[in-house]
Amino acid sequence: MLSRTADCLFWLGRYSERAGNVARGLAATLRMAMLAQPLSAEDEWRSLLIATGSEPGFLAKHPAPTAEAVIHWLTLDLDNPSGIAACVEAGRRNARTVRTALTVDMWEAINDTWIEFRRLDPSVTKGDRLPGFLDWVKSRTLLFNGAATDTMLRDDAWRFVHLGTMLERADNTARLLDVRHAAFDASGGADASHYAQWQAVLRSVSALRAYQHVFHARLQPQLVVELLLLRKELPRSLLACYRSVESVLDAIADNNGGTRGACHSLAAQLHASMRDTETADILEQGLHGFLTGTIDRNIELGQQIGLLYLNGRQP
Amino acid sequence: MHAEGAIRSPYAEMARFLDATGQEALDQKRREAEVLFRRIGVTFAVYTEGGDPERLIPFDVIPRILARDEWERLSQGLEQRVRALNAFLTDVYGEQAIIKAGRIPPELVLQNEGYLPQMRGFVPPGGVWTVISGIDLVRTEADQFYVLEDNCRTPSGVSYMLENREAMFRLFPEICARHRIAPVSHYPEELLETLKSIAPESCSGTPNVVVLTPGPYNSAYYEHSFLADEMGVELVEGADLFVRDEMVFMRTTAGPKRVDVIYRRIDDDFIDPECFRADSVVGVPGLMAAYRAGNVSLANAPGTGIADDKAVYPYVPEMVRFYLKEEPILSNVPTFMCERPADQDYVLANLDKLVVKLARGSGGYGMLVGPHATQEQRDDFAGRIKARPGDYIAQPTLALSTVPTLGEAGIGPRHVDLRPFVLFGKEVRMVPGGLTRVALREGSLVVNSSQGGGTKDTWVLMEDPPAEGQLALPPPEEPAALQSQGQSQSQSQGKSQSQGQSSRQQQGEG
Repeated sequence: MLSRTADCLFWLGRYSERAGNVARGLAATLRMAMLAQPLSAEDEWRSLLIATGSEPGFLAKHPAPTAEAVIHWLTLDLDNPSGIAACVEAGRRNARTVRTALTVDMWEAINDTWIEFRRLDPSVTKGDRLPGFLDWVKSRTLLFNGAATDTMLRDDAWRFVHLGTMLERADNTARLLDVRHAAFDASGGADASHYAQWQAVLRSVSALRAYQHVFHARLQPQLVVELLLLRKELPRSLLACYRSVESVLDAIADNNGGTRGACHSLAAQLHASMRDTETADILEQGLHGFLTGTIDRNIELGQQIGLLYLNGRQP
Repeated sequence: MHAEGAIRSPYAEMARFLDATGQEALDQKRREAEVLFRRIGVTFAVYTEGGDPERLIPFDVIPRILARDEWERLSQGLEQRVRALNAFLTDVYGEQAIIKAGRIPPELVLQNEGYLPQMRGFVPPGGVWTVISGIDLVRTEADQFYVLEDNCRTPSGVSYMLENREAMFRLFPEICARHRIAPVSHYPEELLETLKSIAPESCSGTPNVVVLTPGPYNSAYYEHSFLADEMGVELVEGADLFVRDEMVFMRTTAGPKRVDVIYRRIDDDFIDPECFRADSVVGVPGLMAAYRAGNVSLANAPGTGIADDKAVYPYVPEMVRFYLKEEPILSNVPTFMCERPADQDYVLANLDKLVVKLARGSGGYGMLVGPHATQEQRDDFAGRIKARPGDYIAQPTLALSTVPTLGEAGIGPRHVDLRPFVLFGKEVRMVPGGLTRVALREGSLVVNSSQGGGTKDTWVLMEDPPAEGQLALPPPEEPAALQSQGQSQSQSQGKSQSQGQSSRQQQGEG
């Protein structure tokens, strides 16, 4: 496969996943902000900005993280490269470049999203209409993932899309948990605000019900951490994501002459760090440190994948 | 339709169908076609205007129909013309016999912008320069076709030919079935076979063919990706390729991979910054060196622009006689070359009857359609012709034939042209028909999509009866309750099965 094709497929997977993740994060934050005292509502929106990694860009344009400003920044503002609008544009641009590697169903999922997005009335993110809009974005990401899963040949095209999706998803889960790490500190008590934060984290990865199905128990911080990081049943857990990343990278290597690179050992390490760790150990060494370390290695993994497959090696 | 309003016989069935189908139903079909094209993403970028950058070319739902014998004569003429054009290219970049014989003025060739001195002395594999040609034809009466222009560089539009047919099958399955339409859908296979056949001699095994595109912002990008997809080959951009030791490679996830044949949809000027325009960012540095070394084949060869130059066009019939020792089957439109004083005098005196074109323009830009122009526009062109006579040619406005077309106010006659695509490798291949472009404005003669033209499906009818002896297969099995005899399920199963079906039916009706 052409390196550029692989690059576009990988980023198509990432951007599509990112658009959905931003929508999930926004929906959860919206609930938290409704519950929060008026004074701390801004903290909620700031947390979301930090989680999406777009706070510096936001502060260059806006004096303070008001709900209205943050919502616009994360949904319709094309200046924000991690915003939904930019993800939809970039996803479709990548898809158009590699149309021949996509199935018709995938293309239509992406192209229809793009066409509808361009026709949106800007008031769609205002007031009561916001939840409906966020649901729509989520449903478009789900449609894309379903079209990819159900219609793509299991060849390298599928593998690079899936690799992008999984890497992005792991990054997102780690970030969403990290911005609320304080609520999971061993010293923290189980007051109502902490409880709401645990709920918010679970909600933002669509795992509130899943928690009950797995643990049949009241929310407990160490169990929430366990679910999000270490449980293979949860498709958005770091373990589930890195397990996919490692096996997809292996399949890619096997299909491309068997050469392996730094990305393969890094993926194996990340997978092992979730598979061979106990929740108690993570909480003891500090959740924040563990998560920031994971996020950094995730970035490094993306770069190493780029070096080996996406940038076009020359002898 | 012709001047007398007579309808040619290939249209008889279609005419009955159109009579029986109301305007409203046809309008509905037209809207469905638009949705279809938009969804597939068959779009075209139009320069010079703002608005939606990805626009649809209007599709007319009434096909243009040619009888089989009409097409056969045309295809003979097309093959003859393309062979002559290739002989001309080999000659002007080689011994220049046609110039020495005084059959074409030397300055017209050698000082022409379309002539690439870099190609002197070069012969591409098999002597084939124009692997893909698009020859634009117009018709004036039943048996009279004229060649309007030759497109020997990177002719486009073939994807519309293919998608238009798919759209017709989807929108009008019934009327399609009532005709025996010669298929076109094998064009990508023919193209791939043709491209493989020009692979360098040194290439062993199956040649690696790629389509080279300037990228997604090119107006014909959809076509580039469509053809690559249909042929099952990679669609590459310049940056995907690199040259090492005069060999071309593409960058892949498994490391560099050798490339043997490049169907390039990038103009000559831009393919290699080391050889042509140094500022090109869409080309491949070193590509021409690899090409000259015989390590990669290009379709079409660089330098073919001299063969489809509008100033060279009047000499094509002469090429047929000179190289093939045959009489041209296809006629040229009589052409006045403004740089000849006698022609210029005639053109200036008859601007109201002529179409004036830039000798080196494309896409219908910068042309004057005399009979439809204002006096002011004609005066403007007269001034331009006097200032730079070499830049202009003029042709009479032909009494172009029209075909029925769905307009805003019902079906009416519109002018059309036809671009068949001619593939030339080891042999000449064509699929029957081509791209019909239609001037959608009533009375307009300009069919270019950049000037408000649209397209139609083009049907070449096969008159032979269908082959005898169809395959016979037993009917599919059905549950016992629905059939009186034959293979059957056991009683109880059959019963529950039929109950299930009837309940499904009820749901379906509810």
